[in-house]
Amino acid sequence: MKKIVSLALSAMLATTMVAGLASCGEDKTYTIGLICLHGSESTYDKNFIDAMKTAAKNKGLEDELTIVTGIPEGEECYDTAIDLVEKGCKVIFADSFGHEAFMLQAAEENPDVQFCHATGTMAHTENVSNFQNAFASIYEGRYLAGVAAGMKIVEMHKANTLKESNYTSTAKDNIKIGYVGAWPYAEVKSGYTSYYLGVKSVLAEENLGVTMEVQFTNSWYDEAAERSAAQNLISRGAALISQHADSMGAPSACEAAGVPNVSYNGSTASACPNTYIISSRINWVPYFEYMIDCTINGKEIDTDWCGGLGTGSEYTDESGAVVLTELGSAAAAGTAEKLVEVRNKLKAGTVNVFDTTTFTVGGVILTTYLADVNTDSAFTPDTESIIDGVFAESKHRSAPYFDVNIDGIVDLTNAS
Amino acid sequence: MNNSEREKTVREPLFHIEKRGDISRKKGLLIRGIAILAALIVSGVFSAILLKGNPFVFYEKIIDGAVGTERRIWNLLRETALLLGVALAIVPAFKMKFWNLGGNGQVLVGCLATTACMFYFGGKVPLGLLIVFMMLAGVIAGAIWALIPAIFKAQWKTNESLFTLMMNYIAEGLVAFFLTIWVKTGSGVLNPMRDYKVPEVINSSFIPIIVIVLLTAAMYIYLKYSKQGYEISVVGESENTARYVGINVKKVVIRTLIISGAICGLVGFLLSGAIHGTVSKATHGGMGFTAIMVAWLAKFNPLIMAGTSFFVVFLERGVAEASSYFGVTNTAFPDIVTSIIFFFIIGCEFFIQYRLRFRAKKKSGIAAEKTVVKAEKKDSVEVSEESDDSAKAKKEDKA
Repeated sequence: MKKIVSLALSAMLATTMVAGLASCGEDKTYTIGLICLHGSESTYDKNFIDAMKTAAKNKGLEDELTIVTGIPEGEECYDTAIDLVEKGCKVIFADSFGHEAFMLQAAEENPDVQFCHATGTMAHTENVSNFQNAFASIYEGRYLAGVAAGMKIVEMHKANTLKESNYTSTAKDNIKIGYVGAWPYAEVKSGYTSYYLGVKSVLAEENLGVTMEVQFTNSWYDEAAERSAAQNLISRGAALISQHADSMGAPSACEAAGVPNVSYNGSTASACPNTYIISSRINWVPYFEYMIDCTINGKEIDTDWCGGLGTGSEYTDESGAVVLTELGSAAAAGTAEKLVEVRNKLKAGTVNVFDTTTFTVGGVILTTYLADVNTDSAFTPDTESIIDGVFAESKHRSAPYFDVNIDGIVDLTNAS
Repeated sequence: MNNSEREKTVREPLFHIEKRGDISRKKGLLIRGIAILAALIVSGVFSAILLKGNPFVFYEKIIDGAVGTERRIWNLLRETALLLGVALAIVPAFKMKFWNLGGNGQVLVGCLATTACMFYFGGKVPLGLLIVFMMLAGVIAGAIWALIPAIFKAQWKTNESLFTLMMNYIAEGLVAFFLTIWVKTGSGVLNPMRDYKVPEVINSSFIPIIVIVLLTAAMYIYLKYSKQGYEISVVGESENTARYVGINVKKVVIRTLIISGAICGLVGFLLSGAIHGTVSKATHGGMGFTAIMVAWLAKFNPLIMAGTSFFVVFLERGVAEASSYFGVTNTAFPDIVTSIIFFFIIGCEFFIQYRLRFRAKKKSGIAAEKTVVKAEKKDSVEVSEESDDSAKAKKEDKA
């Protein structure tokens, strides 16, 4: 006992001495707080961190930004949010779906501070004026990434570089691809379905079909599980892999196996130079700038903000919230032109990602679907979402609610 | 030439490592003090180089991050209590040389069982009764999770380290499984059930802190003064001795692991029932492993463990804040800094157990021989000096 008391005392003495020596780091005043589930080692969180730094810099507030990483989806999120309020932050943003309930609680207790949350679903029904959700019509970006993947598959098919196992039958008219997903809910399902429909649209032009196997990891960041899921999909014959999970597990497994990869959240070209095709991601800079402007000028922030494709004409245009990275060396010839063409059609409305004539559910075309738009504890479907032959994704709220299991996509994890 | 050749043949290594006898309390503290100081200097310099900042500001931010505001102090105490709780749980098992590496899993099933009660019975039974259910469920679940490897160990001598370790993964899998059942959207996020949490007294930290304080006292008494506590030590020293004096080793192993798991389960109840109001695969926060260090550094003394777990949590929270202050966005960086500090602190135990004796300087062959003799003589003197020292220390202790 004595030992530890004196141990503690000597430690405290040492630290206070050191602290005394220090002429005290000047206390910064903070305006913007960012709470991240993981750190910049996660592709997902890095996308937010980079965007927030850019936005703060553009607004001349880079010294008033504080970023806290590694905050779990529990009471720690609430504690961190309150700590940021005590640091003086006027607007606090949290980046993970599971942060929402804790941000909402902090918002209710601190009406003078703005709390904004990515991917959440509750702001439009909770009516807490200083709590907002934000997302983007990322399904359009996924669809375009799928088009790039489709171009690559067609190229490989024509060049006869695909293996027997990459086809579902000896007729060689239907190709297998794979997808590593985090959790089996609307955000992920909407993402992979739009990606799949993008692939399908290109292959259909060549009279080819596509079957996509999906394996979930039930985690947002589990490098080992993501890697082994990708390896499993490859061994089952996937000609190309994409993923919606936040580590480098799947892309690095693809690079090791020499299987082309379509990434998410940002370019993985430097780690995967031979297999990287393209990545779609949400560009958060426009929202962050808007959020900061509103906070500083005392204006209300949109309760449920949803960004879309930008105004530019290049496929790499970064003016919007939905963006694509530069094509990697693995991309097929002519992909850039194709992307511009499809992008223009999406913007013009002549092509709709969730056009119900392009897919079937249990063999039939979907004519009506009640989606769970308003979050309640029983998860009751509440809102008709098929409007004029299109599933109206991100119209009723910003976060995705397309959670239909369509034909051609096989769930390996939950298949019985 | 002749001389130098001879020197080579009798050349001693640069230093010898030898076991210390009884080290004086003063010396032990001095070594630990030096280790902490060295740890702070090295981690400070490391951070200063990487972050291009002032190391003194780094130290200041560590303190600020741990105790800078009232809320941070409460959080520090709460996290200390929880970590201490898990350390208290593994101590009886470790004293018995049963390497329970399953703290994470045992805590997690405690969280899961507690959350299950909230999910299924919340609003259907009075809150007081619900809380009793939650606590019982958490404690029993934790106990079962430790009991399974204990039975296998007692009956079939299976390796308990691997067994308990693997039970962690099963627990995480179970949580993921139940989350997919409970959360129909499939997001894996179960929103906190605040209405069914243990009511707050002062704040959500107070009750967990009090529970762990009581538990610490109980564990101290149990290990030090109870017959069962004594049996644990005997089994840990030598199973054969235990058998010889008529202790039923199997019974002691199983009973102790039930206690170990039950305490983990209790911590799980506090985490889900009093703090988070929900469960996720990460709710255990890796405490099952950190607690091993906490317990070991304190030589399994529950009262000293309060100090070591405070120290560990202080560092973790402080370094996290300091990293954030310097704009670090990688979660690996704070881990590296805390690891450097732990490396020194754990490493210094080596110098408490052993000492280095450096080779004496030699001028010529003959002189060298003389110095060796001298050194040997000196050694014996030192040894006697030291025994004087420890005798003094003992006297001081008595005083």
